[in-house]
Amino acid sequence: MTREDRMRKWADRDQKRWVWVAFAMPGIIWLTILFIVPFYAVLAIAGGKLNQIFESPIPVWNPLNWTAASFTAVFHDFVGQSAFVGPIFVRTLIYVAIASVLSLVIAYPAAYFVTRFAGRRKVFFLALLIAPFWISYMMRMLAWIDLLQTDGYVNRALVDVHLIGQPVDWLGGKSMTVILGLVYGYIPYLILVLYAGLDRIDQRLLEAGRDLGLNRIRTFVRITLPLSRQTILTGMLITVLPMVGDYFTNQMLSGSESTSMIGNVIDSQLNTASQQSQGAALSLLLLVFLLAPMLYYVFQTHRASKEAF
Amino acid sequence: MSVTAPSAPALARGVDVDPVDAGPPPPVPPLLPSPKRWQPPWRNPWRRPWILESFTWLYLIWSLAPIAVAVLFSFNNGKSQSAWQGFSIRWYWGDPINSIFHNPTLRSAVEQTLRLSVFTTVIAVPIGVAFAIGIHRWHTRTSASFNFVMVFSYVIPELIFGVAMFFLFTQLFTFIRLGTVAEVLGLVTWNFSWPAIIVLARLVSIGRSYEEAAADLGASRLQAIRRVLIPMLMPAIFASAVLVFASVVDDFVVVDLLSSTANTQPMSVIIYANTHGGNGGPALNALATMMLLFSFVVVIAGLVAYRWMTRGERGSSRHDAMTSIAGM
Repeated sequence: MTREDRMRKWADRDQKRWVWVAFAMPGIIWLTILFIVPFYAVLAIAGGKLNQIFESPIPVWNPLNWTAASFTAVFHDFVGQSAFVGPIFVRTLIYVAIASVLSLVIAYPAAYFVTRFAGRRKVFFLALLIAPFWISYMMRMLAWIDLLQTDGYVNRALVDVHLIGQPVDWLGGKSMTVILGLVYGYIPYLILVLYAGLDRIDQRLLEAGRDLGLNRIRTFVRITLPLSRQTILTGMLITVLPMVGDYFTNQMLSGSESTSMIGNVIDSQLNTASQQSQGAALSLLLLVFLLAPMLYYVFQTHRASKEAF
Repeated sequence: MSVTAPSAPALARGVDVDPVDAGPPPPVPPLLPSPKRWQPPWRNPWRRPWILESFTWLYLIWSLAPIAVAVLFSFNNGKSQSAWQGFSIRWYWGDPINSIFHNPTLRSAVEQTLRLSVFTTVIAVPIGVAFAIGIHRWHTRTSASFNFVMVFSYVIPELIFGVAMFFLFTQLFTFIRLGTVAEVLGLVTWNFSWPAIIVLARLVSIGRSYEEAAADLGASRLQAIRRVLIPMLMPAIFASAVLVFASVVDDFVVVDLLSSTANTQPMSVIIYANTHGGNGGPALNALATMMLLFSFVVVIAGLVAYRWMTRGERGSSRHDAMTSIAGM
C-alpha cells in the first residue's frame, strides 16, 4: 500500500465518520442538556446560599463560590444532637436488605422452575411471570391497600383461622407491611433478570452433570448456581438501587414517621423551599453512596455486550 | 357415535367391539423388567419437581390475586374498597360526581397519561435509535463516554434523577417551569436508554456483514442504513417503543416531581395523592384498571406485531417475542 493509498483511506474514513456523528448527535445533545446539566444544577443548589427573607435557595453557578453549608447541615442531621437522618438511613438499609434477600429467595426458585422444568408450558408460565412487570406500581400498591384494610380480606381470613384475635391495623405504620410492599413492588424486575440469565445457561452442561452421576440438587449446587452468580448480582443491583430511592411505597402503605425511609426525607425536603438545598445535598450524598454499585453494573453490562460480540 | 373409543389392540385386529362389553384389556407386558426392589420416589432422578412447581404456583397466586381483587373492586357498587356490594360500572361511567368519565380531575388524569405516553414515545424512540446506530460505529472517546452516560441514566435511582430534573426546571430553565413540557422532557430523558440499549444489542448481534454486502452492491452508506439496517432493526425499535409507552404509563417519580397543578397530574400521581392515609374509594381502582388496560392493550398489540415482523426469521418464537417485548 503506497502512502497515497493510505492517505486516501484515512480521508475516506474521516469523510464517512460524520454520518455516525450526525446520528449520535441528537442523543448526545439531549443527554448533555437534560442529564448532565441537571446534576450541575443540583450542585449549584447544594453549594448555593439561602435567601434569608424568602427562605428559598439561591443557586450559585460559579464552583469557586460554592459553600459547604448544606453539606454540614446534612452531616449534622446524620450524627449529632438532633440527628434524625442517621436512624432513617440505617432503617432504609435494613429494609432494603431484608426486602432484596426475600425477593431473591422468592424469585429464584420460580424463575428456575420455569426455565428448567416448565417444558411445553414455558410460554404460559413466562406470560404469568412477566404480567406484573406490565402492571403499574401504583396499581399493585393499591391492590394491597384494599386487601390490608382493617376490614379487608387479609384481616378477615386471619381472624377466621384464629391466627389473630382481632383485626390488625396493617396500614398504620408497620415495618412488615412496608417490607412486603417493597418485595411485591420490585420482584417483577428481579424475576425478569433472573429468568433471562437462567434461560441462557447451556442445558448441555446440566445434562452432562446428570450423565456423570450428579443428582438434581448437586447439579444445581455445582453447575446452575455458580453459572448464575453474575445474574444474581445484576438482579440484586437492579432491585436494590431503586429500593433505596423509594418513597412512595412507604408513603402509601404506612405514611407514618416510624417507617420513614431516606427517600421520604428527600421528598419532604423538596416540598419545603427552605430545605431544598439540604435535599439537593442529601440526594448528591446518596448518589455518591450508590456510585460503586452503579459503576459496577455499568461496566458489567459493557463487558457482557463485548463478550456477546 | 360411541362415547368411549374401542381399545387400540381391538382396532388393530379390526374387530368391531361394543364399547360397553369390551371387557378388561389384556395386560400389557412391561417394556423393562420391574426393579428388583422398591425405590422411594425421591430416588427417581427424573421425578417431577413437585415442591418447586407448587412454590411457583403459590408465587403466581400471591403476585396476581391481589391485582384481580383490585380490578374486581373497581366494579363495586358501593364506596368500599374492601367489601363487595354488587357489580356496577358506576365508577367508570355512571356516578355523576366521582366516575372517571364525569370527574374532571380523574378524566384529565387519563388524558394526561395518554398525552405523556404518546409524546414521550414519539420523541424518545427516534433519538434513542439514532444514538444507538451512531454510537455503535463511531469509536472515539466521546462516543464511549456518552454510551457510559446513557447506561448510567438507566441504573440511577429515579428519585435522584427526579431531584436533578426538579432543580433544572425550577432554578435553571425557569422559562419552562413545571408542567407538561417539563414532564415530557424528563420522561424522554428517563426512558431514552430503553431504545438505545435494545437497538445497540440488536446491532451487535446483526454485525456488519449485511451493510457491507449492501455497499458491495452499490448502496451508499445512507442507503444501506435506510434500506438494510433499519428494516432489520424494526422489531427491536418496535419492542422498545412498546416498552417506553408502557413505562411512561407506569411512571410515577418523574411525573410526581415535575407536575405542577392538578391538570398536569397523570393517573399514577392522582392514585398516589388520594390513597395515602386512607380509603380513596373504588374510583381509584377504576383509574388503576384503566392504566392496566392501557399497558396491556399496548403490550398485546406489540406482541402480535412483533410476531408478525419476525415471521420467517430463524429462532422466531412466541417465547422470543415475549422476552423481547419485556426488554430482556
